[in-house]
Amino acid sequence: MNINATLIGQSIAFFLFVWFVMKYVWPPLIAALDERKATIADGLAAAEKGQHEQELAEKAAEKHIKKAKLQASEIVTQAQKRASEIVEEAKEGAREEVDGIKKTAAAEIDQEVNRAKEHLRQQIASITIAGAEKVLKREIDESAHSDIVDDLITQI
Amino acid sequence: MSGDGITSGDYIKHHLQNMTYGQHPDGSWGFAQSPEAAKEMGFWAFHVDSLGWSLALAAVFFFIFRKVAKNPTTGVPGGLQNFVEMMVEFVNSSVRGSFSGRNDIVAPLALTVFAWVFLMNFMDLIPVDWLPMIAQQIGAAFGADPHHVYFKVVPSTDPNITFGMALGVFWLMLYYSIKIKGLGGFLGELAFQPFGKVGTPVNLVLEGVSLISKPVSLALRLFGNMYAGETIFILIALMYGGGLAIGAFGGLLQLGWAIFHILIITLQAFIFMTLTIVYLDMAHTDH
Repeated sequence: MNINATLIGQSIAFFLFVWFVMKYVWPPLIAALDERKATIADGLAAAEKGQHEQELAEKAAEKHIKKAKLQASEIVTQAQKRASEIVEEAKEGAREEVDGIKKTAAAEIDQEVNRAKEHLRQQIASITIAGAEKVLKREIDESAHSDIVDDLITQI
Repeated sequence: MSGDGITSGDYIKHHLQNMTYGQHPDGSWGFAQSPEAAKEMGFWAFHVDSLGWSLALAAVFFFIFRKVAKNPTTGVPGGLQNFVEMMVEFVNSSVRGSFSGRNDIVAPLALTVFAWVFLMNFMDLIPVDWLPMIAQQIGAAFGADPHHVYFKVVPSTDPNITFGMALGVFWLMLYYSIKIKGLGGFLGELAFQPFGKVGTPVNLVLEGVSLISKPVSLALRLFGNMYAGETIFILIALMYGGGLAIGAFGGLLQLGWAIFHILIITLQAFIFMTLTIVYLDMAHTDH
């Protein structure tokens, strides 16, 4: 345990190593640490900003959805209204058409009836004439008595 | 472990003797063969073991930290970089807490002191006989008498080492005191405090003692703690020569003391670093 030149050697080594560390070890490490610190701070700030933006976007989306819902219900009511309108229109149209068809049918029927009556009248006239001809074969002159027959026909 | 024909006293003395290289009284240079021979070498001798281990450990520290510092990633750090950054952050926060001035040397100085003292203290946890025995084998291979190969592996149990570092800190204190306050300011602090100009002689004695006591207490605290710890390890190691039961008990004791010592070596390194920072802070501020 003598004090000797080891003391001087250790002192020199001490200064050398402190100098080495000051020159080659400390600055790059501290620079790296500071840089990482800055990066982390930036990242945190960005994250906060992102979160804020997300909140805003969520609010905006909610608003949009509300608006869309409102529009949708409006559209639905309009569509329902329009649908009932269309149904009503269709009913109306159908009724009119039915009436039209009924009318034409009735007119046709009347025509047919008139035509049949006419036909029948003519046939009856000719049959009557034919019958009268046979009854009165000999003594009745067709041309002399046709005015009587015509008079008969008109009375049928 | 206390081999054939060696008494416990010899064993302890052998363990507490440094390997000394210097000039013999007859003028030739060489290793001291006994504690007495080492003493006769006077001041101009070197403790090859403590100085060697001290330099080797400093080199270990420096290369580990330099390896990381060479290209530190600012992204996700790997294991080694994580460890190094943890140390740097720890030292940096200590410096920020205790040092109020602005000086780029203080933080690297604190890191060096902390890591170096810790590593030197750490050698205390290696069982006391391992490295000396290897050294004796190597010495014997070179033709030396193994019993006269001394080898002390814990540099911080050598007052030369602790005083060497404390004096380094002391020179820095003086340098920055004078640089910051000027020679007049520094001397004025010594002469005119705390009793004013009337009490200059008393002031000089008081302040002089308090100035000198700083490096002395710094060095002696570390040395005393580590020396005591090592001596206890040596005493425990003696028990291995006392039969199976005592040896087993010694093993238990060594384990316990080593675990406790983990705290001591870290604490001593931390104290050395903190006091270094505080002393340099005092050098930078008027008080």
